[in-house]
Amino acid sequence: MEILAVLIPVSLVLGLGGLVAFWWTLRRGQYDDPEGDSQRILRGDYDDHPKP
Amino acid sequence: MTDTLHAPSMSACPACVATPAALDRAQAAALDKGAKIMLSVPEAHCALCISAVESDLEKMPGVRSARLNLTLRRVSVDADAGVTAAQISERLEKIGYPAYELDSGTLSMTATDRQGRDLLMRLGVAGFSMMNIMLLSVAVWSGATDATRDMFHLISAVIAIPTIAFSAQPFFRKALAGVRAGRLDMDFPISLAILLATAISLYETFNGGDHAYFDAAVMLTFFLLSGRYLDFRTRAVARSAAQELAALEVPRAIRLDEAGEETVSVADLRPGDRVLVRPGGRIPVDGVILDGTSELDRSLLTGETLPVFAGPDLVVTAGAVNLTGPLTVQVTAAGKDTSLHRMADLVAVAENARNKYTTLAERAARLYSPSVHLLAFGAFAVWMWVTGGDVRLAVNIAAATLIITCPCALGLAVPAVVTAASGKLFRAGLLIKDGSALERLAEVDTVVFDKTGTLTMGAPEPVSLDALGSRDLEIAAALGAASSHPLAQSVANAARTLGVIPALLTDVTEVPGHGVQAMWQGQRVRLGRANWVGASPLDVTAAYLAIGSDTPQAIAFADHMRPGAPEAVAEFQAQGKAVILISGDVPKAVQDMATRLGIADWRAEALPQDKADAIAALQAHGHKVLMVGDGLNDTVALTAAHVSISPASALDAARVASDIVLLGQSLAPLPDAQRIATRAVRRIRENFAISFGYNIIAVPIALVGLASPLIAALAMSASSITVALNALRLK
Repeated sequence: MEILAVLIPVSLVLGLGGLVAFWWTLRRGQYDDPEGDSQRILRGDYDDHPKP
Repeated sequence: MTDTLHAPSMSACPACVATPAALDRAQAAALDKGAKIMLSVPEAHCALCISAVESDLEKMPGVRSARLNLTLRRVSVDADAGVTAAQISERLEKIGYPAYELDSGTLSMTATDRQGRDLLMRLGVAGFSMMNIMLLSVAVWSGATDATRDMFHLISAVIAIPTIAFSAQPFFRKALAGVRAGRLDMDFPISLAILLATAISLYETFNGGDHAYFDAAVMLTFFLLSGRYLDFRTRAVARSAAQELAALEVPRAIRLDEAGEETVSVADLRPGDRVLVRPGGRIPVDGVILDGTSELDRSLLTGETLPVFAGPDLVVTAGAVNLTGPLTVQVTAAGKDTSLHRMADLVAVAENARNKYTTLAERAARLYSPSVHLLAFGAFAVWMWVTGGDVRLAVNIAAATLIITCPCALGLAVPAVVTAASGKLFRAGLLIKDGSALERLAEVDTVVFDKTGTLTMGAPEPVSLDALGSRDLEIAAALGAASSHPLAQSVANAARTLGVIPALLTDVTEVPGHGVQAMWQGQRVRLGRANWVGASPLDVTAAYLAIGSDTPQAIAFADHMRPGAPEAVAEFQAQGKAVILISGDVPKAVQDMATRLGIADWRAEALPQDKADAIAALQAHGHKVLMVGDGLNDTVALTAAHVSISPASALDAARVASDIVLLGQSLAPLPDAQRIATRAVRRIRENFAISFGYNIIAVPIALVGLASPLIAALAMSASSITVALNALRLK
């Protein structure tokens, strides 16, 4: 059971990492145009130079 | 809900947000720096549209970048100084995407935007905690005991308490506001359940108890927040879009005094002042014309399609558009006394009456809150009595009851359906401004249409240009192009479409209020009103063309029907709804339109108050009326009706007064919208039934004290997922 002492912090850190990533995407406005993004991915126009 | 590109510029300029008025004034200055221009592009709907719009705009000189937001149907353009929204919208119009400039709305959007991100962040935090606590809880449920269980509970507490302190804030705040206002709404039992569950779990954790409800408390927060977020998004999208569509009509007037012209706010005008109204401008006050001749377009005020002649001594009302010549108007009433303002007062009265509508959710909450509290308190009292004063057990059971009855599904039932339905309506080209509009739309059994600008496009077009000889047509085209009068413009445009090359004219002059005249090969040619060119007037809208001494010819005009109007009317009638046409126009024009559309019940020459009275009379007989209108004369009726729709081309005031805005040109989506609304309300009711069903099973379990955290978690997630899936069936 000693392994728990390692695994639980690891799982918490991983979860926190996910939360930070979510926070970052939110700040970058990646949820502002879900429909547009789902359409954009189908076109090759910006493959080499993705729009900011 | 700002576009991606827009966000940095907003945060980079917090001062602008703080002082929108100052920014408004400094708009001219801002142009030099080059700013982001936002336009609404309602027709954009596919991947192709994205590339078409963006690549076209990026080819435009002075444009640095353009990005189309498909969710909001909005394009934001980063351009150099000198590029105006008008140029961009003209360019987009040419490639087939009508665009409307958005302005002041974008500023106030930042507040909405921040609120949305804030909610999303809380939702994210709750989701993260929920998953981590669930991981620990599964271990406890599958048999962890003693020290392991206590440690897992402790870790859960460490995650849950900050999460609840952060994520559940919206509920606490609303509950507190509710209590202060002396009412118990949905947020009170929610907050109580979350707090009680956390407190009791903390107590159990420190005393080595079996059950901790941290997972339930966080899950509750998560599910309810998702409902809140959906609800918020529906509102925010509708609100910002409605704001944006607002025409930028500055309430300013040009006052004439000894010193000359002075631009003042309409509010500063006093009776007796003289005001100059230029061609194309809207008359800002009620008054009498002192000087000048022109024609006035009163279609937005009264529904009349025919421009009326305006000369000295004519009494004019605020809101009419001056067409051809400059007018000097002496103010007789300004500000609160104008007929426009009296209309606004009527709207306010009607609005009050409508706010009394209670939505299904409100009715459910009204029933729900007291019964939940009674149940929980009853459980506490009974268990106290049964166990002879075991507070710990009784509070545990009361908390379990609160958690299990907590309206996860109830909080999701309405927002999920409304989101799905308004998304569907948005794709059909309709924008819901108010959540309860969907429910009201579903109840409609009578549809009242306005004529000018609603069933028709509001722009007259020549009927039989071919009847003119090619020589006459060329002259008419040239004369038409020389005037800004809508009939003349319409002749010129129609001739251009026919490929007519305008004749070469000399000495072109516009005679305000009468028409245009010019010399052509030594002959005098005129296009204008009947009595001016010497023709006998017809009883339809017409302009008259006189060439030299020939007999003048009439060019008749018809207001084109809005696309989809016949289909919409037929569809409504097929659904068994009464369709009524009420217009301010002359009987002949209204009757023509009614016959063409197959509407048996029509009324003409209705004043704004008449329209509202007609609707009130219908509603007094128990009918639920849907009003579709666009003019100022419709605003009172739009507010008085059970639910109202106005086209995007409608006047600002009309759009504000209506619940739903039609973004496209066609009226065809209206019956569809009604059908979607009916189906949505059915789904809402089903969802209530589902969550009620879950409660019927789960509540007894909680009351007898068998609700373990596992059962609470299962009941909560199962009912929430069921209602969400049921809402998605709408698509």
